[in-house]
Amino acid sequence: MTEFLKGGLILAGSIFMLVAALGVLRLPDLLTRMHATTKAATLGATLIMLAVALHFAQVAVVARAFGVILFIMMTAPVAAHVIGRAGYFVGSRLWSGTLKDELKPNYDPLTHQLKSHRETEANAARPQCDSDDAS
Amino acid sequence: MSNVILLSLAVMSLALCLVFVRLYRGPSLPDRVVALELFSSILVGVIGVIAIATDVPSLLDVAIVMALMAFMATIGFARFLERGGPRDD
Repeated sequence: MTEFLKGGLILAGSIFMLVAALGVLRLPDLLTRMHATTKAATLGATLIMLAVALHFAQVAVVARAFGVILFIMMTAPVAAHVIGRAGYFVGSRLWSGTLKDELKPNYDPLTHQLKSHRETEANAARPQCDSDDAS
Repeated sequence: MSNVILLSLAVMSLALCLVFVRLYRGPSLPDRVVALELFSSILVGVIGVIAIATDVPSLLDVAIVMALMAFMATIGFARFLERGGPRDD
């Protein structure tokens, strides 16, 4: 029983990793590639570490396996956020079929400043209104 | 059981090859960093399967160090890409 469970976990984990690799090879731009790698690779490593914990069934090994799972689950979103942010600021091109880029009208790449939506809309409609209020 | 281990190792080697293609072709540096991160997390899986196959539980420490190094490398590359990022101190 445990053997079957272990084999199933190992196979499922490696197949999720293959799916992540296919996604990083086939998807069209940086953010979609990150969407493939972060989730599928985290799940694959988690399943394989669960299989390791089942195989060794000692307290020290199970604690270390769960430590690996916890570490991967905590660091993968942080790493994906940081590299996605850096990639957007560096100016990697989005896919041509992208429907919505909410950062684009509000972010100024020259001054590295982000304005709220209301602020930019008011600036576009009445450019001298703010200076009247300030004076 | 050994057949399952061999099959999963073969599947993960194929995955490593596919990631290496993206690492070679990647049009920009962030794509390559993403590919490197995926490479190391597939390597964590390979180390786990080898720990099962050889009955050596100490290999889990190698997996922990591998995950830690991948995270540090990603953070470092991101800081490098943003040129230190905005600071106001």
